[in-house]
Formats: sequence, C-alpha cells, structure tokens
Amino acid sequence: MNGNSGKLSRNHVAVVGAGMTRFVRRAQETAKELAWEAAHLALASCEMTLDDIDAVVIGTAPDAFDGVHMKSEYLSDGCGAWGKPVMRGYVGGGTGVFAPIQGWYHIASGLFDTVLVVCEEKMSSCQPHPQGAFLTIFDHTTERPLEPNLLWIFALEMNAYMHRYGLSKRDIATVSVKNKRNAADHPAALLGDKHITVEDVLNSPVLAWPVQRLDVSPVTDGAVALVMSASHVARRVTDKPVWIEGVGWNLDTAYWTNRDLAYPVYVEEAARMAYDMAGITEPRKQIHIAEPYDPFDYKELHHLEGLMLFDKGDAPRAAADGVTQRDGDLPVCPSGGLLGVGNPIAAAGLMKVAEIFWQLRGEAGARQVPGNPKRGLAQAWGDLMQVGTVVVMGI
Amino acid sequence: MEQFVYDSVYLHSTDFHEGRVLFETWDPNTQYAWDAGVAIGRYLHELRAGRLIGRSCPECRRILIPPRMVCEACFCATDRWVPLRDTGTVLTFSRCYVTWDMIKLEEPQMPAVIEIDGASPGMGIMHMLGEVDPHSLEIGMRVQAVWKPLEERSGAITDISYFRPLSGSAESAE
Repeated sequence: MNGNSGKLSRNHVAVVGAGMTRFVRRAQETAKELAWEAAHLALASCEMTLDDIDAVVIGTAPDAFDGVHMKSEYLSDGCGAWGKPVMRGYVGGGTGVFAPIQGWYHIASGLFDTVLVVCEEKMSSCQPHPQGAFLTIFDHTTERPLEPNLLWIFALEMNAYMHRYGLSKRDIATVSVKNKRNAADHPAALLGDKHITVEDVLNSPVLAWPVQRLDVSPVTDGAVALVMSASHVARRVTDKPVWIEGVGWNLDTAYWTNRDLAYPVYVEEAARMAYDMAGITEPRKQIHIAEPYDPFDYKELHHLEGLMLFDKGDAPRAAADGVTQRDGDLPVCPSGGLLGVGNPIAAAGLMKVAEIFWQLRGEAGARQVPGNPKRGLAQAWGDLMQVGTVVVMGI
Repeated sequence: MEQFVYDSVYLHSTDFHEGRVLFETWDPNTQYAWDAGVAIGRYLHELRAGRLIGRSCPECRRILIPPRMVCEACFCATDRWVPLRDTGTVLTFSRCYVTWDMIKLEEPQMPAVIEIDGASPGMGIMHMLGEVDPHSLEIGMRVQAVWKPLEERSGAITDISYFRPLSGSAESAE
C-alpha cells in the first residue's frame, strides 16, 4: 500500500480532497477570492470544514506578479489560515509540487493530522506583461546590462537539448498538440483544443527560436487546493485515500551558464530521492501515469528523461510513437498540462498533483486513463530554472 | 471532479477599456545600487582592461567563469586568479524576435552561452552574438569578443559589445 517504509518512522500521509478554479487569462476575482474558491471546494470534496484542519500551507510564486510584498500573508484569509499554524513555501515554478511536500512532512512528522494546501497565482495583474517580474532572475551585474528576457533561457536550453540529440521542431511539437488536445476534456482548461495539429504549432510565430508561440504555456490566473491527512483521519473521511509514497526535491547551481542545459540532473536527483522513499526500483514499470512540468513542450520531454522514465534523448521518439498519449503505455499529462489547462505558476504544479489524485481514484471523467492506474507521479521545476520537485502517489 | 471546479469570471481587455470593471493601478518607483563584490569587482576591472579572468578551485581544480570566491561544488574558497582568452565556443544560441513585453523586433537579438577558452569545459557566460547572419549560427561555432574602444569602457559586461565568428587570421593573432 504505502511506500513510506524507509529509514525513518513516519506517519502515512494521504491526499483526501481536491478543488480548483477554472484557469483563465484574466480573472475578475482577486487572488484571495480565487484562493477561497479552491480551498472551500477542496474541503467540500471530502466533507470537511476548516475546523477539521490543523495547519495550512500556502504556495504562491513571485510577489512581483501581484505587486504585493508578503503575498502569502495577503492571501492567507482566503486560504483559511487565520488562527492556524501557516507557512509559505516558495521555490518559483517548483512551488506547486513543493507545497504538498511541505504538507506531507507536516503530517509525516506527527506534528499535525490534517493540512490544507492552497496554491494560487494571478499573473494578469502584472503590466504590461508578467515576464517583467522575471527579469530580475538574471544576475544584476554580469547579465542584466545585456537586457535579457526570460524567453532567452528557454530558447537556449531548448536549442541545447535539440542539438544534443539531433531533434527537430516537429519531434517536440507533438507534445504541445497532445497536451492541448487532452485539455479539451478538462473542465478548468484555458487552452484546450481538440483540433490542433503539429502544423499549427510549427506555423505559429517565432518568439525566440526555437521557441514558437504554441510551444509555450499561457499567462494564467487560477488556484488549486488539496486536503492532506494522516492515515487514521484519511480512513475515516474517505474510502479512496491516495497515499503520498515518496517525495523529493533538489537544486542545481545558480550559475546557469555553467550547467548542462541538455539534461536536468536536478530532476534526476529529486526523482531518485522520491523513488527511494517509495521503494521504486524500476520506474518505467512501476509508474503508471505521469504529470511532468510542461511550461514549454520540450520541458515535458526533458523532464521525462530526468525522471528516468525514458532514456536520454529518447522521450521524443516515445511521444511520436504514442506511448505518452492518454491511452498509451505511459500516459503523460492526461490533464492537458500547463500547455493546455494553463500555467498559473504555483497553482499549475498543484493542479498536476490534483490530477494524479483524480486519476488514481478513477474520477477524472473524460480524461480518465484506462487500465486502473495504481501509481502516479507529479513533478515541477523552477527557481532559477534549476529546482526539481517530485511527488509519487499511489493507491 | 467537475463539481469541485469553480467557474472563474473571465475578463477581456475590452472590459477594462470600456470601463465595465473597476480596477486600480500603481507604478512602482524603486531603485537599487548593487555592490559588485570581490570576485565580480575584479572581473569588471579586467573587462575594462579588455581581458576575461576566471578563478580556480584548489579542490576540484575547475577554472570558473564568472569568477566566484566560493566553489559551489566543493564549498571551499577559490584561491587563484586565472587569465582567460577572449575567444570561445558557442554552447547554445537563440534568435529572439520579441522584447520581454512581447513587442516584435525586426532584427533578431542573438543571445548565446559561450564557453570561454582557458576555463574548464562547460564554463560558459551569457553574451550576445554579432557580425553574423542570424541564420548561419551553429552550436560549436568559434567566436571572439568584440571590445568597445578603451575610452568607452566602464567596467561592465557591456565593455564587450558582442562576440563575432572567429576567423582563421584572428585566431592566429591570439
């Protein structure tokens, strides 16, 4: 049942409820209102109330998006944090999968029995474009005088990856097509499109070659929440708990121009930590469904290789062969991912964890993968493009 | 799961332009003055003199650029300045047709990661490429720094205007 049989004595931890808002380009609701909608739906989904919650974890990415310093304190009322132990985790784009890791150790440690995890992002407030909030990730003395923009990093990484393995744009565009088609079945999706083709991606405007418009996930507003609990509570509130079997996270050097841009070694290290905890020795056989982080189409492939679910350079071939389709041997981003459902940074990562929760419970509706999957994985990536966060879940 | 999805209210830009929704705006006015520090201070000083310099680690022996006072792999103090060449190899590049706020550029910017000769393998810096057809760029291309005239240098990364393809004659002149 549960892989938490590792080195330490730990309480078993389950996800017992999930809720979210529809992901939109610009929401009328404030950040706090979005957080409330997701949080109360997550509680309602497991018939719990805030009185049942011991502690709250808030995940939200740069304060600069909102122009609100200490943004999680601003959000806290909408997250049910008043009068409770609360903490914010922040590892950039990796936050949405890191927040449930924090929820996990709050409970695994024995400190709390129940935790509400709320991730919210409202990118649309930042004008004229939320990319402005990211410009300060570049070194202030050695890089910013060159007036870089964030797309450069992804374009440089994508080109390095394509060159290392001799990949074409067509090899990679299949990911965007798959995810946007999958998202057409997601009730919260911003960019679901049943009819998109590889040609549409290849003919979309070039932003920073090799990155084109449809290789990129959209600017998005949205919120997602989970309820996590210790096993004795989980068994009381649901007959379908989804157990956290392994967690891992890892960071590469902040000197990004010194890294191997073609392979995310930090994702491999995070995955090894999570697999070790979950007792997974053959991830390709033991992981049935995966939600790797896909803010760009090449990143899904990059991350699948870092997660050791495919050999280095081999994920594009597997994608072309249909292995990663919803009815393939290893369904990847059956939700529709960031490319299709949308990318409200921290909320997008937690959406992936929620998708594994719904899929393993058989509640994913039109998105349900066949074959009664027993174990799934969610992964996110962020910080200075060098953190990997991984959660393995099972029933 | 559909019943646990809240249907957010989707706004369009016309909702703002036509005053159908209320909103508030703010222009931040913040300024920063950063200290270059020990390692980058020397790096900038050398740039003004038309030279690239690295720093080496006594444990792993890597020669690091940008220079740093701590080797993050060994977590020990670096202990030696190492003069480097102003030539290198393009590890990866892009042709960027938009500004950060998505305004279209007619002529692409050509950012690259350039592995600097004399530093350890994989030690790259970010800079721009120039004097080259954007469509002839290749990974592995050999390049050399184009320095601003001495009187225009200020001790900044922009004392190098860009890197251009290295011709055979330029290489032999090194």
